[in-house]
Amino acid sequence: MKKGWKETPIRGIILEAGSAHEYSTGGWRKLKPVFDRTKCIDCMFCWVFCPDSAVIVEKGKMIGFDLEHCKGCGICAMECPDKVKAITMVEEEKEKK
Amino acid sequence: MAAEAKIKCSVGLTGNSAVAYAMKQINPDVVAAYPITPSTTIVEEFSGYVADGKVDTEFVTVESEHSAMSACIGASAAGARVMTATSSQGLALMWEMLYIASGMRLPIVMTCVNRALSAPLNIHCDHSDSMGARDSGWIQLYSETVQEAYDNVIQAVRIAEQENILLPVMVCLDGFITSHSIENLCLLDDDVIKKFIGEYKPSQPSLLDVDHPTTYGAVALPDSYMEARRQQAEAMTLSKDVIINAAKDFEKISGRSYGLMEKYRMDDADAAIVILNSAAGTTKVAVDEMRNKGLKVGLLKPRVFRPFPYIEMAEALKNVKVIGVLDRADSYTSFGGPLFTEIRSSLYELDKRPKIINRIFGLGGRDYGVKDSLAVFEELLKIKDMGKIDKVYDYISVRE
Amino acid sequence: MADYTEIRWHGRAQQGIVTAAKVLAEAALSSGKYVQAFPEFGPERMGAPVRAFNRISSEVIRLHGQVANPSIVLIVDPTLIGTVDVTEGTPDNAVFIINTPKTADEMRKNISVNKSAKVFTLDAGKISVECIGRHIPNTPMLGALAKATGVVSVDAVINDFKENYAKKYSPQVIEGNLKAIKQGFEQVREG
Repeated sequence: MKKGWKETPIRGIILEAGSAHEYSTGGWRKLKPVFDRTKCIDCMFCWVFCPDSAVIVEKGKMIGFDLEHCKGCGICAMECPDKVKAITMVEEEKEKK
Repeated sequence: MAAEAKIKCSVGLTGNSAVAYAMKQINPDVVAAYPITPSTTIVEEFSGYVADGKVDTEFVTVESEHSAMSACIGASAAGARVMTATSSQGLALMWEMLYIASGMRLPIVMTCVNRALSAPLNIHCDHSDSMGARDSGWIQLYSETVQEAYDNVIQAVRIAEQENILLPVMVCLDGFITSHSIENLCLLDDDVIKKFIGEYKPSQPSLLDVDHPTTYGAVALPDSYMEARRQQAEAMTLSKDVIINAAKDFEKISGRSYGLMEKYRMDDADAAIVILNSAAGTTKVAVDEMRNKGLKVGLLKPRVFRPFPYIEMAEALKNVKVIGVLDRADSYTSFGGPLFTEIRSSLYELDKRPKIINRIFGLGGRDYGVKDSLAVFEELLKIKDMGKIDKVYDYISVRE
Repeated sequence: MADYTEIRWHGRAQQGIVTAAKVLAEAALSSGKYVQAFPEFGPERMGAPVRAFNRISSEVIRLHGQVANPSIVLIVDPTLIGTVDVTEGTPDNAVFIINTPKTADEMRKNISVNKSAKVFTLDAGKISVECIGRHIPNTPMLGALAKATGVVSVDAVINDFKENYAKKYSPQVIEGNLKAIKQGFEQVREG
């Protein structure tokens, strides 16, 4: 049950930082990025360009995608250098088993 | 009570100078403004105080009134005490930002020096500007004299910033008639005002509070928008008592009493005029003339138009037989001006409702004199005797 | 209503009648009166006919809006006579104070008022040139008003000018204006 008007913070303000993280946009995805670690050169282009901050990087290494927030826009696959092509976009449903 | 207060009563200032002086005494953190006739000299004189180092205010010069209100909104959301002033087309250009100021619950205090709206182009007084903004969620206070404008601006700061209110307040005074007329004025001491308004300390984290990062102005979809609006309605409802309490405390420091409205010789009045701002003063002179002839007439001058004190209004008017509501703006309902429809609606719950008519007057600075007021009273008394109304809604002092 | 003294000033834009109305209001206020001073606004530019108004009373002034029936009229620029209706709305016993080198009797005919009206004249333009060095006839008119009507004392006008305009004008300009006020007081003549 969501808060009523008496409990909701006034002024329409949001008191927690980064609360957009709670909003799942993964469901908007039609195409899903698939990542081949063997080809990746960790250039970080995909990390820079991802509009949803859905590329997960740990200790300088690209390790995969946050599929709760990835909308499947394909910018990562597009920006992945031509000689590398470590990311491909695949139909969401075909992956489901 | 009044004797204790330190009062300087030998000053003669125009309405605009008095408002600018009140702003100097309030010493707001930020003023963003774009001057427009007839409010120009408020901004002009206040910018002089800034240039002379008389205030600590950050004065933001902008390229339009839309930007002026936008800058006020940003500054207020950052936790600043913010003031501005405008008129007419300037207020109209601010329109969308007015709703954002009230929706974000920002206690901005703005003086609106009332002026007609174009077209035809006109720089003189009527209330079309502030009346058009009556549903924008701002508290509205109206001022008959230079003194009332000064006093209202000071009280507005206190009202706006109350923790349970946090609404912007618009203080209205008549363009030229009050704004450019020198009248006797009692000023309060700086420290008395400082104590009365206190320090503005919003309890929510502001935009500049880096330890508590907060989003202002976020989207609210159908599942949350209405709760925000319901809160706003509640604040407006609660503001009535806050306005009354601020007036009580203000009386302690000034000796001048204010309320939701002023009743003038209303006790046994058969006929009454309801009218806003400077024209109320002229009407008082007419009331005295009629009373000297033994005719029972009175005046009711609303001070607070938003929130609209409909219960108190009905109470004040319930024993009157005929009411003439004089509007200095039309709302083109073909049924009556904004003050008229509110007053008429307030009377609905009464068992025995008075007869009521609406007369539109003084548009674009058309003069309203004692003779105009007397003519309305005579018409009201005629309605009382005949028991019937010829025209509910009409214009006066207009060439046929 | 009868307790108000209503005053109308006729001049041309930039001749200082708005300031004159302001000084008069401040001087009356410091003498314990209730006052109003307001100009008439329109699209005026230098030289255009303008008007300014005062109300002075020993009681609170509730009336707002135009002065329709002034009992005192000050004509700061005599070339306005004939262009502007300087007698508009005035009662029969109104007081007219006119800046002109001509006599009051000549001016009475000029503005065509009857015998019950009081007409005063002074050469305020000449006084201002002699005292201030510029043609700003407003301050001599204030001196003349004090003498002719007693609506305010000449000392109150002088004191107000000293107190409130010291920051705005140089000491020479202040001194010149004070002299001009006194000269206006002394030189005004009734017809």
